[in-house]
Amino acid sequence: MQSSVLDHEATTPFHFIGCIELREMLGRKAADVQQLMAAIEEVPLDSIYYHTHSYFLRYEHGPTLLPNDFATWAAISVRDRALSERLGLIDPFEFRDLESLRNEVVSIIDDHLKSLWNVPRLIHGEPFEFIRSHIIEVDLAMIANSLREFRDLLASLDRSSLFIHICEAQMRKGRRAGDFVSWIESETGLGLPELAGRMATIQPLGLSLEGIRSRMLAVLDDWLG
Amino acid sequence: MPGRLSAYRDVAPPGKVDLLQQLSKQVRGQRMLHVNASRAVGGVAEMLQHLIPLLSELGIQARWEVMEGTESFYEATELFHLGLQGLDVKVPEALVDGYLECCRTNARSLDLSADIVMTHDVPPLALVDEAPADARWLWQCHLDLSHPQRKIWSLLRPSVAKYDAVVFSLPQFAQPLALPQFLIYPSIDPLSDKNRELAPEELDQILEKLQIPRDKPILLEVSGFNRFTDPLGALAAYRRVKTHHDCRLVLAGAMPMDGPASQRIVEEVRDAAAKDEDVHLLLLNPGSDLEINALQRSAAIVIQNSVREGFGTTVAEAMWKGKPVIAAETEGITLQVRFGQTGYTVNSVEGTAFYARYLLGNPSIAEEMGRRGREVARQYFLITRHVGEYLSLMLLMGRS
Repeated sequence: MQSSVLDHEATTPFHFIGCIELREMLGRKAADVQQLMAAIEEVPLDSIYYHTHSYFLRYEHGPTLLPNDFATWAAISVRDRALSERLGLIDPFEFRDLESLRNEVVSIIDDHLKSLWNVPRLIHGEPFEFIRSHIIEVDLAMIANSLREFRDLLASLDRSSLFIHICEAQMRKGRRAGDFVSWIESETGLGLPELAGRMATIQPLGLSLEGIRSRMLAVLDDWLG
Repeated sequence: MPGRLSAYRDVAPPGKVDLLQQLSKQVRGQRMLHVNASRAVGGVAEMLQHLIPLLSELGIQARWEVMEGTESFYEATELFHLGLQGLDVKVPEALVDGYLECCRTNARSLDLSADIVMTHDVPPLALVDEAPADARWLWQCHLDLSHPQRKIWSLLRPSVAKYDAVVFSLPQFAQPLALPQFLIYPSIDPLSDKNRELAPEELDQILEKLQIPRDKPILLEVSGFNRFTDPLGALAAYRRVKTHHDCRLVLAGAMPMDGPASQRIVEEVRDAAAKDEDVHLLLLNPGSDLEINALQRSAAIVIQNSVREGFGTTVAEAMWKGKPVIAAETEGITLQVRFGQTGYTVNSVEGTAFYARYLLGNPSIAEEMGRRGREVARQYFLITRHVGEYLSLMLLMGRS
């Protein structure tokens, strides 16, 4: 890549935002799968978000590979492996909003229950505890004007920034491509659609935030040469 | 001149200190007051000793007030404490009155002016009855309230209901309440005497003083001596391991102050130690942080056998020192120990023995688990995470 392309400044710099997640217990519990489904239908969307997305903030050393709390509870506490596998395959980034995601989770559980004679219930551990997520955004005062600056800041900043610019951007802010890809692609950003395309191939599901960071850095380093 | 906070850059996750500094700008200058019953003894005091300076360095007007109590006040709060944890206790009316009167007296004598007042556990709970109207009041309950004695809970619940919010350490510890309930895990300070790095010669000196040889792998349990912590279970597990691996068992904890049952447990461990030179009983004085640090760093495996445990920060301490942990499957512990990744959660003496044998026979696996455990502790259980959640709570409570 020519240095003039690498060094050129974006018209609009990229502002990195980080976050702290504060957890609030809703006082709603489920001791079997029927109760789980009923509660999922009724809890605030912030709770659906917590159990399906902010899982990324806790994912790196989770008790299973399953990427959401509903699937993990089904696997560990209810020991219903079929249900956990079905719930585990949900990719939250495929849904246009959290209400659609909630509907999909409910419909998977409903279909599963219809195929059984008995309602699977808690056999190990604790009831499912519904929690909601308060995401407190923090302006990190880190600004990238060029691709090189972007790469170097991405390598060193708090991982919560990846959560904000990927998970929050896509699911709660309606910025479907995520902030990083949009900025790299946009003419008001770096205007590098080919690089943006490569970055867009990195799918969050199945990765931790550190895993996403590593993949992105690898793509950027490859591009920068 | 860089403050203490900058020292955390070397141990906290990348970017975390920058995040805290930026977050603190949103609440800088706010007054946060913590109130508890002791400046020196117990987990809350230990936590506040480390948290308050960091909050202050971040521009928060953080203060810490300690209640003055009468004999009947402490007697009442001890009974409340036991009752809230489910034991069948009776609190005479005179003690309840004494407790409430003492809270009223403290409310007059303590400086409770603040934007956020956070009271910790039972002793300062009823201060809220005399609360200045301009502050937001939060009660942080470090106890397990999952199965309280109902009469005690009914007695204290009206005071709890006057708070603006409650903070628990685990969801399972909470009670149904018509007010916001937040979840903040305890934390450890990686730069404290209990957790900081020790130079090899410093480590050797401490172990020599404690008379613990390092010629064999050490199984270590750091806990109290009572029926809940079950050191005899750790002893039984050690005996099953010893038939396969030559090792030592070190049981370290504070001298029990809670009656003859605990004394009997100590005597039994003492007898075992007298018959087996590889069993060591260490009754440590309060504040033996460096000794605990050295013991954890010299262990091959850390055991936490408590059948009823609060959060169990000794597990996070061991993980921070890169040790695999074998621990009883209780809520706080399952949150910290990832089965098969950073150690094992078990439900029996046999389970403890089985996995201890496995790890002693596979030191490279034990080492890898310890490495992962340190990273889990770094991400989730260091004081830097705790500071961030307190700042966020201030922000959230200020908005609401």
